[in-house]
Amino acid sequence: MSEGTNSLTRFIPPSLRSWRNAGIILPFAILFITLSITSQPFLRTVNLLNILDQQSAILIIAAAGTLILVSGAIDLSVGATYALVGCVSAQYALKHSVISAVIIGLLLGLLVGIVNGIIVAILKINALIATLAMSFVIGGLGSKITKGNLIVLMQKPEYGKIAQTSWFGVNTSIWIMVFVVLVLGLLLTRTTTGRYIIAAGGNAQAARLAGIRVSLVKIIAFGISGMCAGLAGMIDASRVLSASAALGSTLAFTVLAGIVVGGTSIAGGEGSVWRTIIGVLFIALIGNGFDLLGIDPLYKQITLGVILLIAVGLDAWARNNRR
Amino acid sequence: MTKHKNELEIVRVSKSFGGVAALTDVSVTIKPGEVHSLVGENGAGKSTLGKIISGLLTADSGEVMLGGNKVNFKSPREALAHGIVTIAQELAIVPGLTVAENVLLGEEPKRFGFIRRRKLRKDFSTLAKSVGFEFSPNTIAGSLSVAEQQKIEILRALSRNASIIIMDEPTAALSRQEAESLHVVIRNLSKAGTTVILVSHFLSEVLELSDTITVLRDGQLIKTMPAAECTQDSLIELMLGRALGAIYPPKVQPHYSAPTVLFVNNLCAAGVKNAWLSVRAGEILGIAGLVGSGRSELARAIFKDSKINSGTIEINGVRITGKAPLAALQRGISLLPESRKDLGLLIERSIQENITLSSIGQWSRFGIINRKREKFVVNKILDKVVVKSSGMKQKVSHLSGGNQQKVLLARTIMSNPRVLIVDEPTRGVDVGSKRAIYDLLVALAQDGLGIIAISSDLEEVLGIAHRVLVIRGGKIVAELTGRNMSEHAVLEAAFTEIK
Repeated sequence: MSEGTNSLTRFIPPSLRSWRNAGIILPFAILFITLSITSQPFLRTVNLLNILDQQSAILIIAAAGTLILVSGAIDLSVGATYALVGCVSAQYALKHSVISAVIIGLLLGLLVGIVNGIIVAILKINALIATLAMSFVIGGLGSKITKGNLIVLMQKPEYGKIAQTSWFGVNTSIWIMVFVVLVLGLLLTRTTTGRYIIAAGGNAQAARLAGIRVSLVKIIAFGISGMCAGLAGMIDASRVLSASAALGSTLAFTVLAGIVVGGTSIAGGEGSVWRTIIGVLFIALIGNGFDLLGIDPLYKQITLGVILLIAVGLDAWARNNRR
Repeated sequence: MTKHKNELEIVRVSKSFGGVAALTDVSVTIKPGEVHSLVGENGAGKSTLGKIISGLLTADSGEVMLGGNKVNFKSPREALAHGIVTIAQELAIVPGLTVAENVLLGEEPKRFGFIRRRKLRKDFSTLAKSVGFEFSPNTIAGSLSVAEQQKIEILRALSRNASIIIMDEPTAALSRQEAESLHVVIRNLSKAGTTVILVSHFLSEVLELSDTITVLRDGQLIKTMPAAECTQDSLIELMLGRALGAIYPPKVQPHYSAPTVLFVNNLCAAGVKNAWLSVRAGEILGIAGLVGSGRSELARAIFKDSKINSGTIEINGVRITGKAPLAALQRGISLLPESRKDLGLLIERSIQENITLSSIGQWSRFGIINRKREKFVVNKILDKVVVKSSGMKQKVSHLSGGNQQKVLLARTIMSNPRVLIVDEPTRGVDVGSKRAIYDLLVALAQDGLGIIAISSDLEEVLGIAHRVLVIRGGKIVAELTGRNMSEHAVLEAAFTEIK
């Protein structure tokens, strides 16, 4: 039983009643408006599109990561997968067509994800440790394949078209990101798979007794996460026309920060893709704002840390207050 | 007017959870040194009242007065400072520490930050002797029985100078002998001037121990009276607001030619030994037994939730192959699990999502949920299973126990079962919802389902089942039908050989 409805909250519409829904929009809007007023260049289309272009890889991984967190797991191997797939696809593209390089990359990402999923769901190894260990394995593979070198794609400029083609003035990196986010958002809210992911993360025992194949659901979530990490790796390789196995070491944490700031619970069973998008962009705006306003970038990290603590603190607080 | 400093008065206290009233305008006076019992059905508000007295919950309105002064505690800590301690069902014992360390936890005699171990043991012994407990101070608390652990909590309460001790179902987990020794302790406490507020389901215990009894029903005070004026029957009538007979719907016998829907053939699984049973369409088969006798294990094995070592399960003559609950569900077995919070509900999700969880795959195309259809089927089932709520999008965590149970029942029906297994169908459910659940089970049986009803409430099993199997040590030891179905016969079968 909960003590949820007190006299004050009764006047707030139900969709906004939980802080999770309202929580991230308000600070985002305030930050956005503040930046618009204080910084001339902020509101220019070039700047905004630039932010989206830079964030597209992170947004794609974070959208998939939301599914992982909702399913009650965590994926720390996305950074390594991102780097590995970027390298493999780029190296393959040097000798073959770009399309085949992309397909190879997506399949490799999917494979890595499924392996993660099997380790977590079937071998029942704690997701945090399993994906941490996997990130070393994947990272090692990446270094082995590239022999530690930077793969330069200057002689294969077609690879750049993956992310840098402009449609209606907007780069394909952004279009791809929007597509992935929409698909994953709908997957979580409008499909049976989405329902099963929520159920598996909310109460795995109950889900099993309700006839849900919890292991399969987790493997699907990890497969999606791996594939999206791979896609993100290729987009970034295409954006800068190079790839390196050393990239992405802190990516998993940046992504996790975005998801959590968006209000998705680390405990599983609830969360939403669109809130993750706002969470990631919120962090990106802080970075952008610091740059535009010329504030010492040192404070950027401190600010991010504090915001993350507030987000997790609010989550814990909401959880306790439900009793 | 001066009052005894330990006289506790509850004045017009009300409390509601998410719009549902748990207590309405309740006033009780608890005199110092008495044993005062709070009785009522589940959901009557007795635990809520106990929690308000002990500061675990705060009243929405009304006052708690101690010795004539307003106190209204905001935390158990504040209540403790005024000498009020609760001993809850779940004991707060640190299993790795010794008895003495547990009793004086947080109040250890210290010098320069070091615990004075000898003084600790001496303090403990003095305290234990004062109430006549025989304990070695150095025993590890985790190695003791539940009853002994309870004594640790009582000693801890006394070491903090508790003058009012609230005990919530103290004997629920105890054997008969242990319960009796606890009764002696309670009497001694009261003799020594400590007030004991007892929340208990066991009316014989309440009648034996109490000086005063307060009956609550649906959050309202029905009556406070001296225990000497009460009998079990009069208490039950006050608790229910009607005579006992009306609790169960009339039994409708299945048609004599009704086919067997479920046949379990020599099933062996974890906690289940060579179980044979069959259920006919329209029949409600009751399964009784003591806690831990293998009742739920049998249900889990039939539902394919545990590994089956040998034997077969047949629905309409077709053997169920496959391992997970999914296989059982697909062949027409549904289970209402014994603990709805741990095994059933997605507590943070809506009524709608909880109801359709098992069946949503059946009517979604390519995995895309048809939202109109979902709304339609949920509305349809909610016509049959009436859930009191503000709408189908409401989170189930905001519902009462009875309504949560109905949501789960709706889910099990949604998957169109041939056989429905209900494990503790009315645990933690209020009287009104109980009857609604029984009615629903009877209606389902009349629609041709075979139903297996498992319960630790013997009266319930006998009240709804056409036939009862008694299980002991994982084995079915008796089958009772017709006139042989009595509490006495069930208990005899459940207990023999145990002595």
